[in-house]
Amino acid sequence: MKIDPLLSAKRFQSLLALLVLVIVLSFLSDRFLTVENGWNVLRQISVNLCLSIGLTLVILSGGIDLSVGAVLALAGAVSAALLKNGFDVPALGIHLDFTTSGALLAAITVGVAAGFTNGLVVTRLLLPPFVATLAMMSIARGFTMLWTGGLPVTGLPAGFGFIGTGAWAGVPMPVWIVLALAAVTLLVAHRTPFGRHLYAVGGSERAARLSGLRVDRIKVAVYVAGGALSGIAGVLVTARLDSAQPNAGIGYELDAIAAVVIGGTSLSGGRGSIVGTVLGCLLIGVLNNGLTLLDVSPFWQQVIKGLVTLIAVALDRFGARNERLS
Amino acid sequence: MSTAANPGVLCVRAVSKIFPGVRALDNVSLCLEPGRLVALLGENGAGKSTLMSILAGVTMPDEGEVLVEGRPVRFAGTRDARAHGIVAIFQELSLTPNLTVAENVFLGREPRNVLGFIDYEAMSRASGALLERLNLDVAPETPLAALRVGQQQLVEIARALSVNARVLILDEPTSALARHEIASLLKILAELKQAGVAILYITHKFEELVGLADDVAIMRDGRLVAARPYAEIAHAEIVRLMVGREMSPFTVATRTSTGEEALRVESASLPHPTRRGDYAVRDVTLHVCRGEVLGLFGLIGAGRTELLETLFGVHGSRAEARVVVADHEVRLRSPEDAIAAGLALAPEDRKHDGLVLGLGARENAGLACTRAHTRWGLLTPAREGAHVRPLLERVRLKARSLDEPVLNLSGGNQQKVVLAKWLATHPRVLMLDEPTRGIDVNAKNEIYAHIRELAAGGLAVIIASSELPEILAIADRIIVLCQGRKVAEFAHHEATAERVMQAALPGPRSVPP
Repeated sequence: MKIDPLLSAKRFQSLLALLVLVIVLSFLSDRFLTVENGWNVLRQISVNLCLSIGLTLVILSGGIDLSVGAVLALAGAVSAALLKNGFDVPALGIHLDFTTSGALLAAITVGVAAGFTNGLVVTRLLLPPFVATLAMMSIARGFTMLWTGGLPVTGLPAGFGFIGTGAWAGVPMPVWIVLALAAVTLLVAHRTPFGRHLYAVGGSERAARLSGLRVDRIKVAVYVAGGALSGIAGVLVTARLDSAQPNAGIGYELDAIAAVVIGGTSLSGGRGSIVGTVLGCLLIGVLNNGLTLLDVSPFWQQVIKGLVTLIAVALDRFGARNERLS
Repeated sequence: MSTAANPGVLCVRAVSKIFPGVRALDNVSLCLEPGRLVALLGENGAGKSTLMSILAGVTMPDEGEVLVEGRPVRFAGTRDARAHGIVAIFQELSLTPNLTVAENVFLGREPRNVLGFIDYEAMSRASGALLERLNLDVAPETPLAALRVGQQQLVEIARALSVNARVLILDEPTSALARHEIASLLKILAELKQAGVAILYITHKFEELVGLADDVAIMRDGRLVAARPYAEIAHAEIVRLMVGREMSPFTVATRTSTGEEALRVESASLPHPTRRGDYAVRDVTLHVCRGEVLGLFGLIGAGRTELLETLFGVHGSRAEARVVVADHEVRLRSPEDAIAAGLALAPEDRKHDGLVLGLGARENAGLACTRAHTRWGLLTPAREGAHVRPLLERVRLKARSLDEPVLNLSGGNQQKVVLAKWLATHPRVLMLDEPTRGIDVNAKNEIYAHIRELAAGGLAVIIASSELPEILAIADRIIVLCQGRKVAEFAHHEATAERVMQAALPGPRSVPP
């Protein structure tokens, strides 16, 4: 029978690392192990987690998406401006006002459009995903600047901020949203034909094609999903800051890749899991939070984050080698 | 084989290698001597490859020692072994697909001109001469990726020849070669022996031993069970030592063709991928009946694989063919279409094209029909298991667990998973491309038995192979391809090795003007 992805040895490894980190930090700082700080960590990782679960799908298919941070900024800017100013359709002489959910939908649409473009470029023009999404990263960032004129969009309606800073049943809204998204993604990745096909495409594209799978559609779908999740992440960032910053999300793609890789997903595709990515995000989040509480300089934090990524991947490689020998 | 006075150029003394849970090599001692060829035989898993890895410096023994000319050595890698003139050619080729044939032959040892740049002219000239010696008709400037597996194998052998090895170790070098290529390889091995090279030759094919082998070494379960001069041992004795019991070759008990047409293909053509105006498959017409096993024979480059791929929709609209499955004309633009029409293809390169190595046997076997294993859109492992487990049992898969990555399975068991995957789609026509390549004798016979059993159940089977004995043993009817065209057809009682081979050889009639 299928081993539960939560219980497999590798998961256990990153879970163990996380537990050790939590225990060590709780001895070093009495402010660390509090309920309030727990929610803090979750709130802080919610954006990265949102990007990372989408990116996990892309990486499982054997691709990569460097445009997530830029798409986040564009989607955030579009949704904020629509919310604030509405949208004129001169041809019809009408003016549309946007509700919070309307703005969310607009952000998702922007993300889907960017992801769909990525997918088409990868599957039709046959460009390597690295190049296709690198180009999209620049294009989306450029559009963000054009759209905002390089200035933050501020003065958003009061209700909007609730998505970013509010709480429901004691749990911060972004945490609710992202955990729900992670749960859906987990289900899709591990329990649907699409998820299985995703692993197959990442593991061996030719074998997948020769098994009758629609490889191109699967690839387009993962970039679309990644784009949609970037769009949602854009709304979360905008709502938390109560403004859309044209420079939002710079470098976020790298944090997301780090989380995915620390979570044990192989960059060559076909191997990894959503649960791993969640743990990877948590590990980074707890580390950042703990180091901040200990007053470690943010510069050192970057160095440490890099080292943790190296160690995590090295351990993973080592584990994979042993597994093969046994 | 060797005495204390003459220690041999490369020896292992009492070596053992232990992997978790299995003693892959158990107290083996063996010597290779200049100018002699030792044939190493044994079933898959007998320890041949482990022994080879140790001799070639890929792995170190856990016990015992390796000696070069009587002196103990420790190889930290293949580079160390090469420095002693020991060259090994593995089944997994170690070539770089994006470089040319010549660049591959001289990789790491490129000839330089006076300025220190690569002397391409010298490199081409030298590799051209080697290729000619091997009867391989490709230009040294051809990118390696444009060559088929068998041709790539010859390039690897050319590389070994170019370093003037003292010891040459070959692991089933002929498994991907056509007969005329085998003949030239065996001739070269004889020449190398004359020149004083010590050779260790791993093989499953007895006919290659005649006139070539000086000694035979037989392994079973990690132990060396016999090592004697070839002249003093009969083939039947070798087989008995390999398997521990007498073996009979595979024979077909009953012919089961119903005469009811399952698949008809008219004028299948596929343009050659690189040569403009030329065809990889040209105007092939064939049919296969329910219960029949159709053999597709041809030398390397004859278009066997390309024909099967054309029938399976792999080449999309580049290929042309009129295809009729069970009296319905179908258009095959993709493998998906082909599967829907009731076709199935177990590809030649099962590791990369047939399986997703990181997934388990259950997941691989269910891959072509995952949608049948869902409830409310969610995959239910129970349903999947209920569907594919009986199939995996039917093909007698041996695996510790159905969730263990198929990467860890033996070649024979991997092929069984591929078979189960296609049985799960309930095909009308099963196409198998080189289904027994690199598989040991027992597993081969098992797979033949499955194929006949499936045919008896009403399935139409097309089996493409470059191994003549295999085609002769299993097929009810044989179609011979040569340079992309169908050149002959034999019923099983008309087919003899000589007639089929004669038809497969390119003659003056098929040489393009």
